[in-house]
This record gives sequence, C-alpha cells and structure tokens, in this order.
Amino acid sequence: MVIRSKSADDTAFMKPLEIVSILIIAALILVVLPATLDAFRLNLVGKYLTYAFVALGLVLCWGFGGILSLGQGIFFGLGGYCMAMYLKLEASSVANTKIQSTPGIPDFMDWNQLTELPFFWLPFKSLTLTVILIIAVPTLFAFFIGAAMFKRRVGGVYFAIITQAIAAILTILIVGRQGYTGGINGITDLRTLQGWDIRTDSAKQILYFVNSGLLIACILLAQYVKRSKLGRVLVAMRDKEDRVRFSGYSVANFKIFAFCLAAAFAAIGGAMFTLQVGFMSPSFVGIVPSIEMVIYTAVGGRLSLFGAVYGTLLVNVAKTAFSESFPELWLFGLGALFIAVVMVFPNGLAGIYHSYVDPLVARLTRRRPAETEQPLHGAPAE
Amino acid sequence: MFGEYSLGELTSIFVMQGFAGLILFSVFLLMALGLAIIFGQMGVINMAHGEFMILGAYVTWMCSTFFHGYLPALVPIYFFIAMILAFLVSGALGVAVEWLMIRRLYKRPLDTLLATWGLSLILQQFYRSVFGPREVGVELPQWMLGSLPVTDVIEIQINGLFVMALTTIITIAVAVMMYRSRWGMQVRAVVQNRVMAGAVGINTEKVDRYTFGIGCGIAGIAGSAFTMIGSTGPTAGQLYIVDTFLVVVFGGAASLAGTIASAFTISQAQSIMEFFLSGSIAKVLTLLAVVGILMLRPQGLFVLKVRR
Repeated sequence: MVIRSKSADDTAFMKPLEIVSILIIAALILVVLPATLDAFRLNLVGKYLTYAFVALGLVLCWGFGGILSLGQGIFFGLGGYCMAMYLKLEASSVANTKIQSTPGIPDFMDWNQLTELPFFWLPFKSLTLTVILIIAVPTLFAFFIGAAMFKRRVGGVYFAIITQAIAAILTILIVGRQGYTGGINGITDLRTLQGWDIRTDSAKQILYFVNSGLLIACILLAQYVKRSKLGRVLVAMRDKEDRVRFSGYSVANFKIFAFCLAAAFAAIGGAMFTLQVGFMSPSFVGIVPSIEMVIYTAVGGRLSLFGAVYGTLLVNVAKTAFSESFPELWLFGLGALFIAVVMVFPNGLAGIYHSYVDPLVARLTRRRPAETEQPLHGAPAE
Repeated sequence: MFGEYSLGELTSIFVMQGFAGLILFSVFLLMALGLAIIFGQMGVINMAHGEFMILGAYVTWMCSTFFHGYLPALVPIYFFIAMILAFLVSGALGVAVEWLMIRRLYKRPLDTLLATWGLSLILQQFYRSVFGPREVGVELPQWMLGSLPVTDVIEIQINGLFVMALTTIITIAVAVMMYRSRWGMQVRAVVQNRVMAGAVGINTEKVDRYTFGIGCGIAGIAGSAFTMIGSTGPTAGQLYIVDTFLVVVFGGAASLAGTIASAFTISQAQSIMEFFLSGSIAKVLTLLAVVGILMLRPQGLFVLKVRR
C-alpha cells in the first residue's frame, strides 16, 4: 500500500467523486424514478428504499466495524411497530369502533377479549412521544444488547448467532401474544396520520419523498461518521482489534455506538415502511428478513454507503420480477446470489465498480491511470 | 399454577413432560452433535445444517416408500438401512460442499455463514421442487408403534424410546471417535494448532473435509430419526437451526459434555414449562434464559482451554 502524506483529500467531508455519487443517487430517487414510474411502482420503490436504511446501517456496523448483526429485523420491526401502534390507535377511535364490545381499543384486542389498552400502548397516543420512541426504543435495545456483548468481548460469529436468536425470540413473542401485538397478521388497517389519509396516491407520493429525503440525510450522516475519526477507529478495530485496544481506545464503546447507529437507521426505515405500506407484521422481524437485509448490503458492497442503496434496489427489483414470473426460481437465485457475492465478489457492486469502471473513467477523463491506485478502504476483514 | 393439581397428578405430569423432554433432548442432541463437530471443532458456521438434516429425513421417507412398495418382507428393518443411507448421502453432500465452498472461506467465518445460508435456500427450494411443498411422513414398522404402560396414567411411546436409544449409541460413537480414534486425535490436533499439525504430517485439508462430511452425515441420521416422531417439510430445517446453534454455543463450543448438558437443560426446561404455560411463552422464556446466560457467560457452560 502506498503511504501518502495526509492531504486535504483525506480530511474533507466528501471527496469530489463522492459528491457526484450522492448527487446521482439524489437525482435517481428524487427525480428520475418519480418521473418515470406510476404510483403503484413508485410506492413499491419507496418500500424497497426503507430497507436501504437497514443496509446503510449494516455498512457502518458490518462493513466498517466488522460486527455482523443478523438481527437488524429486530430494529426495523421495533421502529415499524412503534409507528403502527400510533396509527392503529388513531384508526381505532371510539367513533370508528362503536360495534366492538370495548370501543376505543384496536380491533384485534377486542377479538382477544381484552377490555383495556395494555400499558405499553399508552405512550403511543401522542405523536411526539411516538416519534421519540421510534428512535429511542430500538436504540436503547441495541445499546443493551451491545453493552452486554461487547463489554465481554463477544464478537464475530457468536454475536451473529445471538442477535439471530433474539430476532427469533421477538418473532415468537409477537406471534404468541396476539392480544397485545396483533399476532401473526401484525397490525393492519392503518388509515390516517393526524387526520391525513395515508392510503391515497397523493399521500403515498408525499411519503415517498419524505422517505427519500430521510434516506439522503442518513447517507450524509453515515458519510460524516465514515470520514470522522470515529470511522477510522472503526476500520482500525475491524482489522486489528488488539492494537486499537492497546492504543487506549475503548473498543467496546465504539462497537456499541456503531451498532446503536445501525439500529436507529433500521428503526427509521421500519417506521417509514409502516407509513408507506400501511401495515407491520412479524414477517419483517424474524431471522429470514434479517439475513436478507444483510445480502442487500453484501450485494451493494459492504464498504460502500452508496452501494447499499443500489444493492437494496437491485435485489428487490430482481425479487419482484422473478417471483412474479418464476416463483420457483427465485429462491435458487437468491441462494446463488448469497454464494456468489461471498465467493466471487466480496466487495459487491462497489467492488466491481472500483475494479472495472473506475479505471475506465479515470482513463477517459484524466488519461492518468496512477490516480486509481487508491485502495477501497481496505479489504474485508479476515 | 400448581394449585389445581394433586400431588400424584403433579408427579405424573412431571414424569410425562420429563419424558417428552427426553425425546426433545434426543432430537436436540442428535442435531447438535453434527454441529458441535462442525462448529465446535472447525469453527465453521453451517447455516445449512438443518437442510442436511432434512435431506436425511427425505432419504428415510424414500426408503420407507420403496420398501413398502417393493420389499414388504424387509419393512421391519428398513429403518436401519435408511439411516445408513441417510448418513452416506448427507455426508457425501457435506464433503462436496466443503470441497466446493467451505474450504475457500475458512479465514472468513462471517462469510461462511452467508454462503451456507445461500446453500440452505437452494436446498429448500430443491426439496420443494422435487418432493413438493407438503409435509411427508414415513410409515413406521409395526413394532415401533404403540406404547408401554408403566403405571395406569404414565405411558411411554416405543418410537420415543427408540430415538433415545439411537441418540445414546450415536453420542457414544462420536465420543469414541473424537477421543479414542486416530482420526479424532488428528481433528483435535488441527483444531488446537493447524500449522503445527500440518508440520507433523497431518493432512489438514483432508481432515477438514472428512470432519465436515461426518458432521453432515450425523445431521442426516438426526433427520432420519426425526421422521419417527414428526413429519418432514422443505422448510422444517430452518425451524430448528437457531435452537441447535444455541445448544452448541450454550454448551461451550468445543466441548462434547457441554453440548449434552445444554441440550438436556434446554429441552427439559422447555418441555416442563410447556405444560404450564402456552407453548410460545415457554419457548420464549427458555431462549431468553439461554441468551441471558450467554450474555453473562459468553464462553458457555463448559470451556475447553485452548491456547490460540
């Protein structure tokens, strides 16, 4: 590796190329897609983009921090459920639920012979509290898990297995406690947000733009973290954890922070998912969705914030296209994708871009191939 | 929660649930044994372990259909043939997978996890395309049906007893293989110090390949035994994978005794709680306890001291 003196390039918030990348993403999701897709397809893309929040978090915590969480569905689900609980309470006002034996509580509680609202539903009567809780609940939960594990220096595959087990536990709990959570069907039949009907095409369009704006804000935040000293410590920790520890850094705290940030991103994604799709169910919490979210990141390139967005879009578009026409083939395709991305393209789309497109661009624009030697923030951790 | 039962009833409940727990213990242990070899010894996360198990179950089902159709005279003993076949088929697939995939990924454990998850998706869809999405059950031979009455309220199923006996035999076989055979010594040597083991003339690649194959083969036997107490569907393997990993991790990854102890604890806790609470809450409480204990004691119940 070439050791370079610290230039302005290294400390700047964004390099020119990264500014171009984010402008391209913004143009794509804010202008090109809304202009070319009909309302139904746009809503679908909006749904995919909510997964991109999770993928973005995973780039930070897995790609840079080397912590693979197989439980991001937990945080996506918690965020989504928080939003859904608020919307459900609004949808089950006394006027709307006159026919129930206990008016004013959600319909599934009434079917399960509950006569009053469980205590943990009460904060979700207020929108302000809900917005706070959407971020706070998953982040605190992540903090709790992270503190318990990282302080004891549990990492790697053990962390992956335990987060996966927690995702499984949460799913069983949600499915099993039907009266409190809506069970396997989840929380459905959400109608309005502060009296604003979220089911209309125009509302969905507005939500799409809100979602895209939030996504770009999150990318910028992640970019800030990546460029900051924190991001550098994360990468150093991933590659030589002991050296970082011996240099006096608290490795555990950095890991906890990365994990919490990833959880917060996932939670925002979950809340936006509920708003755009109109329901939340345990099928977005468990093991299968959680590990699928990892593949979005892997396909996009685990080291690339922008790749996360493209990877998510690509896998989901492929999934929709395949499962519409050849439902049988999709799982073969997804399985092969997992294997291929690990064995052949460990850096995903971004890796392909960096090794094939970048030199080409450099040759075309500058005719100076030496510039392309810049390494891709290091290879994946061993 | 005990109030409405008399003492005698409570005793029989505990015995019956304890026995149900023993069957669950056998299943957990059989599944975990293969994983304890692959994950505990080699450090490879095989997320497709459940699918190797299901492969064994389907092999058994095919044998059952074949013997009932063509060789009815041999039906009483078809099960033993099926088990050997299940071991061979799953083991062969394991060796192939190790050669094609796993051996390139030993230095990247997290990536192995993703790749084997991909493999599990492919296998699931393969089973669905070949055997159909519906669950299949095998026809048990006559002598395996029915139950032994112990007292007038306590009854013990013969197939359950058979599974338990089978588990005992296989566990002993694995223990002997690991701690008394030349192969086991080589495996342990490779685990403790790969470079040194290679230097003294052990073919580490070959040891890896056969270790993985034997682990998968044992998963096949587990699947075969599984058909005796339940039916098999393409996604059945996925249901058990988390439990199995927790059993192995909880026991302390490289310890056979730990795996046995943790399979026993988890299955008994779950089975006894299941009677008093609803099934889902029993499962949640058990898993939560396991995760909680692992957070306090990440190395698991039993620790093998290895210098790394």
